[in-house]
Amino acid sequence: MNLSVITTQFWSLAFQGLALGLIYSLVSLGYTMVYGVLRLINFANSEVFMLGTFAVLYIEINILGHPVTAKPLGGFHLVYTLVIALVGSMIACAVIAVLVELVAYRRLRARGASRLASLISAIGVSIFLMESMRMVTASRPQTAPRLLEKWTFGEVAGVNFRIDTVMAIIAPIIIFVILDQFVTRSRLGKAIRAVSMSEDNSKLMGININRVISLTFLIGGLTTGAAAFLYTTVYENTVFNVGFNMGIAAFTAAVLGGIGNLRGAFFGGLALGMMEQFASAVLGSQWKAVTVFVVLVLILLFKPNGLFGEAVQQTRT
Amino acid sequence: MSALKNFNLRDKGAEIWAGWNRLTRTVFVSVFVLLIALLPFAPNWGPTSFLNTPITSFQNVLVYPMGMFVLMALGLNIVVGKSGLLDLGYIAFFAIGAYSQAILSTLFGWNTWEILPVGILLAMASGVLLGLPALRLRGDYLAIITLGFGEIVRIVALNITVTGGPNGIAGIPNPPTLFGFQFNLMYPEHFFWLVLVMIMLVIWMVRRFTVRRPGRAWEAIRQDEDVAALMGVNTLVYKLWSFVIGAAVGGFAGVIYASKVMVISPDMFKFDVSILVLACVVFGGIGNIWGVALGATLLAYLPERIRFISDARQVIFGLVLILMMNLRPDGLLPRKKREKIQEKRTM
Repeated sequence: MNLSVITTQFWSLAFQGLALGLIYSLVSLGYTMVYGVLRLINFANSEVFMLGTFAVLYIEINILGHPVTAKPLGGFHLVYTLVIALVGSMIACAVIAVLVELVAYRRLRARGASRLASLISAIGVSIFLMESMRMVTASRPQTAPRLLEKWTFGEVAGVNFRIDTVMAIIAPIIIFVILDQFVTRSRLGKAIRAVSMSEDNSKLMGININRVISLTFLIGGLTTGAAAFLYTTVYENTVFNVGFNMGIAAFTAAVLGGIGNLRGAFFGGLALGMMEQFASAVLGSQWKAVTVFVVLVLILLFKPNGLFGEAVQQTRT
Repeated sequence: MSALKNFNLRDKGAEIWAGWNRLTRTVFVSVFVLLIALLPFAPNWGPTSFLNTPITSFQNVLVYPMGMFVLMALGLNIVVGKSGLLDLGYIAFFAIGAYSQAILSTLFGWNTWEILPVGILLAMASGVLLGLPALRLRGDYLAIITLGFGEIVRIVALNITVTGGPNGIAGIPNPPTLFGFQFNLMYPEHFFWLVLVMIMLVIWMVRRFTVRRPGRAWEAIRQDEDVAALMGVNTLVYKLWSFVIGAAVGGFAGVIYASKVMVISPDMFKFDVSILVLACVVFGGIGNIWGVALGATLLAYLPERIRFISDARQVIFGLVLILMMNLRPDGLLPRKKREKIQEKRTM
């Protein structure tokens, strides 16, 4: 128990929590989008994230030819390397997410199977992906090359504005704003909302359900891919089971904000990141998961639909 | 083709069962139980020697994972299958049972039979503690809360001194001799028979519950909670009961498990095991105790049988799950047709 850190390092902890929380919220968008249309916890999303981190490594090391020992890049070269890695990881994750839907969900959905059956088949996909990667990497953690030199913009009130942390804060906000606008304004976004309100009725309105569901998985994959890129850039390593904790955290974040609700996932992720940072500073990092879950139970007791409710996509029983 | 599609093994089985008189039923059940009780000797007999598991001892595999998984799957089936509550942290109750055996026996010198009721009570109490706040929530929120509870139990065991931290607790004594059966390393088959008796007790209990008031209440809650509440079922109380009885079975299994393996550590109670038990339930046929028992037997046995391909076995396990769920979404032995419901959802 170390309460003094709250006063001495408040802004620094809050800033770190913000960066971590925004990465969480990107992954939790993958859960919340799918939950919105299918009412299913997409258990395989954590492995999509895991494959995304490996895709970033593969692109940086094998395709662009920067070995782990490479020196940090500068100028235009740095920008295009990062952009290629980001776009590559987003595309890879989107493709994997759509494939997961085809393999694990589509056939079961066509047969009208129970939700638990889909859950187990998603868990099967998740085990398959994780164990395959364990075999490929021989269980060893992989280090990412440090392409982005970690210089800092300066320190204000004990907060170290390091370039990668700043990037991990700005990029998710941009992605979130684009996604929010897409879902609320565009035709396809309208279709997604329609399906999440009532599948039967949207079918009657001429919406191609399967295409909308694929699209939802695609969007979830894109945001998860962006999260994977930011994660590898900030933490510079990955391992075959990196998705597990990330998946639990992201799902908790989605529930905290109100699952099925885009803005809820965003703020839920933020709140979770902050809570984890403060809890590890005050109680020690081994208790952070316990604190998070206790807070989650308390919040759900008083607000059973999460902090922001399920208002954006209408609640159903 | 349509005749085959409408065929339901569970319905057929129930039909045959109903046609038998008491004597035939007794003979059938005794022969069946006897055959299973002879399983520990299967590897020594020619025609059944293919059952033997390479690398690990078959008699031990019969107790853990197979017997324990059947027990846990039957317990989880009360929660998930009978009353339709998704519990992703079932392993917590198993861990509580195992740790109460470990702590009470090493610190206070109690024996397993004395600890058994205490372990069950502790698991039930933790079920109430978790259930009271969690069961007021809707399905998917319940899932995340139970998942969190499972992790909390493991993290607490990892970080406090009385549970030995990451090293766990070693030197847990075996159960004392009962009715002339010795329980130690030399006689793994005695443990198997003990677990078999426990499994039969649990099956008997579940069957009694199913045909009585709680069973009907669970069935109503599973089919439609709002309607059940309208018809005067006190949903919270019955959901809590199913949760607590499931927890009791988990604690029961945990106590015996700890006294069998003699060393426990927090690593054994990870989230993966909860998921695996849930997979057993759904794979075998959710809500049908025979399906659940079969599913748990197969899923616990398979990784041990193919252990010789060490690394790839989990990959194959994942593939089997995907394939099976795609081919038979209702599990190997689905529940009775009239118990099936159209789920309230729009996908």
